[in-house]
Amino acid sequence: MPMNIVVCVKQVPDTWAERTLNASDKTLDRAKVDTVMNEIDEYAVEEAIRLKEAHGGEVTIVTMGPDRALDTIRKALSMGADKAVLLSDEALHGSCVMQTSDALAKVIGTLEYDLVICGSEATDSRLSVMAPLLAERLGLPQLSLARKVTVEPGSSVTIERQTENGYTVVTSALPAVVSVVEKINEPRYPSFKGIMAAKSKPTTTLTAADAGLEGELGLAGATSQVDEFTPRPPRSGGEIVKNEGDGGTKVADFLVSQKLI
Amino acid sequence: MAEVLVLVEHADGEIKKVTNELLTLARTLGEPSAVLLGGSVASLAEKLGEYGAQKVYVAESADLDDYLVAPKAEVLAQIVADTSPTAVLVASSAEGKEVAARAALRSGSGLITDAVGVSSDGETTQGIFGGAIAVQAKVTKGIPFITVRPNSTAAEPASGAAEVVTVTPNISDAAKGAKVTERVVEAKGGRPDLAEAAVVVSGGRGLGGAEHFDLIEKLADSLDAAVGASRAATDAGWYPHQNQVGQTGKTVSPQLYIAVGISGAIQHRAGMQTSKTIVAINKDPEAPIFELADFGMVGDLFDVVPQLTDEITKRK
Repeated sequence: MPMNIVVCVKQVPDTWAERTLNASDKTLDRAKVDTVMNEIDEYAVEEAIRLKEAHGGEVTIVTMGPDRALDTIRKALSMGADKAVLLSDEALHGSCVMQTSDALAKVIGTLEYDLVICGSEATDSRLSVMAPLLAERLGLPQLSLARKVTVEPGSSVTIERQTENGYTVVTSALPAVVSVVEKINEPRYPSFKGIMAAKSKPTTTLTAADAGLEGELGLAGATSQVDEFTPRPPRSGGEIVKNEGDGGTKVADFLVSQKLI
Repeated sequence: MAEVLVLVEHADGEIKKVTNELLTLARTLGEPSAVLLGGSVASLAEKLGEYGAQKVYVAESADLDDYLVAPKAEVLAQIVADTSPTAVLVASSAEGKEVAARAALRSGSGLITDAVGVSSDGETTQGIFGGAIAVQAKVTKGIPFITVRPNSTAAEPASGAAEVVTVTPNISDAAKGAKVTERVVEAKGGRPDLAEAAVVVSGGRGLGGAEHFDLIEKLADSLDAAVGASRAATDAGWYPHQNQVGQTGKTVSPQLYIAVGISGAIQHRAGMQTSKTIVAINKDPEAPIFELADFGMVGDLFDVVPQLTDEITKRK
């Protein structure tokens, strides 16, 4: 039985780049940095494609972001996703996590799906709550932090949820919302064929109004606000010592001097 | 005085240290009340008075343990609706953040995660981009739901009445969608939680193989420390993924962080650079980790680490 899967992805600043906030409105500065697909979302896309390859069906990518996020969509389509929806509207700039989850849930609500898959967290905001919020808004079971996903198409999904000291097995009926951790698989690199094929795959671009979003959107309606931000002062250089046979003793001396042992 | 709710984090019948930290923090914001959720938890209520909880809302139901997150979020939102607190503090653990997010949504409120400080007016401090930038923020709609990192505040005992208020949980069928069928413990017990540990010893690529992680474990055990690993080490399969410290792993902020055989790529620094004291042991004097280190030892870890472990054991 085929599985239709929605994968939520986010375009984020490259974690190797010098990241900062805009001085004017204290939102994420996306302009000055290279952007990439949020790394853990690649694992989500990979898992969806593997499920599609095993069971048939379609993988739809959903993202919200500036038009530049088409690059991230193209990457997901090159990996093997079938189509995409980009929610892009200047009015959404500065949305908080509550607003973003509302917007994504409204877009997902227009699609046909058995499973929604997200990455467990974005490397920029690092909240790790999108899957729980989508589950809450869509009224679906939450199976988050999966390091393994097993599906019985048309019936159920079971995950191994990563915990501090092992894992928890969680199971639910379909449809459901799953988030995955990077342990789950090894994302494929897009093949040349995949890259060429992506060019003809359909991408729908929606405005906020198209998605049925109304009221105070973006920064004006956000549920939290950044008041100030300051770069952390660099750590002042400490003492660097070369091992001359007593390196371990020297480290222990330091720990004693700092009252750490 | 205004009531501040603290969601109690507990496991295996023990209250986690972070809960005492949150109760200590809550005392600076108002009058702390604890929220205790689980299948059979009432016996823990008294202990919460030792850190100043005036009231303890106790909601017991097997559903709180048997289904993932959603029932806890519903009951927390229910208690928030009944009490209209000034703020809700939750531990910034994986599950804590999930429960807080869903409960905040149900309460029509905003959420701030990973705070390392909360001032009396509800303004939070967070480090973003791996601690590179400090942000002051606040929730502007509804009741502030704030998740707070372990080790952000030192827990200080204070006596509280810990008056038990029994809550009858109203858990909807919709919240009983994701059933927990098994809990499996894989990690060797006995070491502190990575996120909560006062001392963390981490190993990286310099170890050269899984078999050498026992050097790290022995050093960690001499300091009652948690064991961490760089991404290079977890990707190579030398140490479990859940011990990874870094941008895509855990963020830790212990009193002491010892990085062994770790070069200190941005990926790793993002997870540990807010540690109070950093010690690095690496044979490459050019390794970027030394830029962060309060004390750096340039040398072969296979010489330095066993000697260090012996010295610590001798001097303790």
